[in-house]
Amino acid sequence: MRFMVRRIIFYVVTAWAAVTLNFFIPRMMPGDPVTALMGRLQGQIDSHAEQALRILLGLDEDKSLWQQYVEYWRLILHGDLGRSFTFFPQPVGEIVMQALPWTVGLVGVATIIAFTLGTLVGRSIGWRRGTWADSALPISAFFSAVPYFWLALIAISVFSVRLGWFPSSGSYDRAMVPNWSFEFIGSVIYYGFLPAMTIVVASVSGWILGMRNMMVTVSSEDYVTVAQAKGLKERTVMGGYASRNAILPQVSSFALSLGFVVGGTLIMEMVFSYQGIGYVLFTAVTTHDYPLMQGCFLVITLAVLVANIVADFVYAALDPRTRQEG
Amino acid sequence: MAIDLTLLADTPDVATDDTTTSGKQRFVFLRNSKSLTGFVIIAFFGILAIFGQWLAPYDPGALSADLLQGPSSAHWLGTNQLGQDILSQIIIGARSVMIVGLIAGVGATAIGVLVGVTSGYIGGIGDEGLSMLANIFLVIPQLPLIIIIAGQLPSVGGVTVAAVIAVTGWAWGARVLRAQTLSLRRRDFVEAARASGESTWRIITAEIMPNLTAIIASGFVATVVFAVLTQTTLAFIGIGDPNDWNWGTILFGAQNNQALQRGAWWWFVPAGLCIALVGMALTLINFGIDEFVNPRLRSVGMNARSLRKRGIRPRIGFTPVVYEAPGASARKSELVTQSELIDVTERAPHQTKENRS
Repeated sequence: MRFMVRRIIFYVVTAWAAVTLNFFIPRMMPGDPVTALMGRLQGQIDSHAEQALRILLGLDEDKSLWQQYVEYWRLILHGDLGRSFTFFPQPVGEIVMQALPWTVGLVGVATIIAFTLGTLVGRSIGWRRGTWADSALPISAFFSAVPYFWLALIAISVFSVRLGWFPSSGSYDRAMVPNWSFEFIGSVIYYGFLPAMTIVVASVSGWILGMRNMMVTVSSEDYVTVAQAKGLKERTVMGGYASRNAILPQVSSFALSLGFVVGGTLIMEMVFSYQGIGYVLFTAVTTHDYPLMQGCFLVITLAVLVANIVADFVYAALDPRTRQEG
Repeated sequence: MAIDLTLLADTPDVATDDTTTSGKQRFVFLRNSKSLTGFVIIAFFGILAIFGQWLAPYDPGALSADLLQGPSSAHWLGTNQLGQDILSQIIIGARSVMIVGLIAGVGATAIGVLVGVTSGYIGGIGDEGLSMLANIFLVIPQLPLIIIIAGQLPSVGGVTVAAVIAVTGWAWGARVLRAQTLSLRRRDFVEAARASGESTWRIITAEIMPNLTAIIASGFVATVVFAVLTQTTLAFIGIGDPNDWNWGTILFGAQNNQALQRGAWWWFVPAGLCIALVGMALTLINFGIDEFVNPRLRSVGMNARSLRKRGIRPRIGFTPVVYEAPGASARKSELVTQSELIDVTERAPHQTKENRS
């Protein structure tokens, strides 16, 4: 249990750090974004919103930094992330919460597929080290270096423009009303297939390489040699001895790669105009909608933290060493 | 790319403690075909980055009458919707990509070394605090963080992007370095240095740092990959100066001018390939470093074909090491089990020597 308590404390501190970063970033920026923005939007925002914006962005000169910080926390704890300029007067929280399920679905499905596939492939490549299977390494190196958005561009140009198999943008058929019918879910799968597959192709090589290297390292441990020497079947040695131990670092590195995959997914959504947080963030960046940008960052970070906690629980379940101490 | 070459070439040198280091051995690292391939590709793009101005056939911003033309003898990679030459844009863009990658890599590595080595060496509460900081930066998704920082800056040049990447991307290196420093600081040679009254600063720079060279180098290379990807991604989503040519700006233009729908593949394929090639080259270099550091990952200079020719079936748990008996006609193969994890830099050079025979 000590392991979990330590982790929970860590995540609480991280969440605090994320909120604090979010508080300080606009305050460290040179210039006065609000005035520049009011000028650009030419009175589309009323003066009340301007004041709220100043509090949120820390341009409220009458208050000390500490007071601003307390005020900011009070707003965050009430779920108030401010109001978006672009979709004025819709609150940022509402916009982000509408987009969140789409991103979580996309990342979740794609990551589970990529993790499973990559671990299985990496396991067999690592086991057959020194054979033709090694030629998979340069290929994975190439794919791990391919930018997500470029892969998305290629996927669109081949599968939707050239072949016309999949739609190039959107997340479901616009003629439908979202509901839980089979047709609608089918449409969501149909529209989500290309983005999800692109994420899988872009992220699978990291899992392959990680698992391969762990497999190679673990398989020269004594207990694997002993298992071999006992004359156990090759399958048993691979499955029951080597890969059981090799998979642990995969799970713990899951936490670290998740942030990277989420980043890639956000870009993917921008390319595919998929209505998740990435697309909202893209809109916010292109329209200089600062509150929306900040809100997206905060929600993305908190979502990644939650996913990490889940990964930690899985790790604790898989690795008995974490349960032994204390 | 000069910095990264010297760093890597020095690696075996610093780690070896015997006196037989000959000129040939210095570059043992480059014998690895993976890292050699990587270096050749990086050298190619390095040349583009330095001499691009003179190599580019056209001014990348110059308009011409050839609108959206496919590849031809006049424009090898075609033109965009304004008649600008894509090849020239790619050649000129190489410089910005390389510079940002290099600055971000150096910056992030410097912060990582500072935090990682300090926290590993001092231990105690300071270590707790610093590694907590590194872990926080690891868990917070970097790309969104970089986007919101860069998106709020009034003007975003290449150096700014590099600085933002360096400030947010140092944590991974710091974590690995801390772990290694922790294991080094109780070794005999460090204890001996401490006992003989050397200053902490000297112990860190002269005793500990040389043993971290390979890890620092691999962290540097990984950060450069990340920086190149991030910089082009930022340019692609429209953050940054559109007049600063890099491969991401080209893709940004292609995406916003319906290159996909018009089937103008020459507009977006080459730029992305260049990014992927640079990334792949650096990753291959890192494979070389990894194999240098962890001999278990090595195929000991043997590929699948030569193994089969020698009748060796690669088996798990055994690292086949083949010794050629000098003068003997019969080939002798020997299977050596490597039982303990070779500790990073100290034993690696010896291992290499044995295997080379």
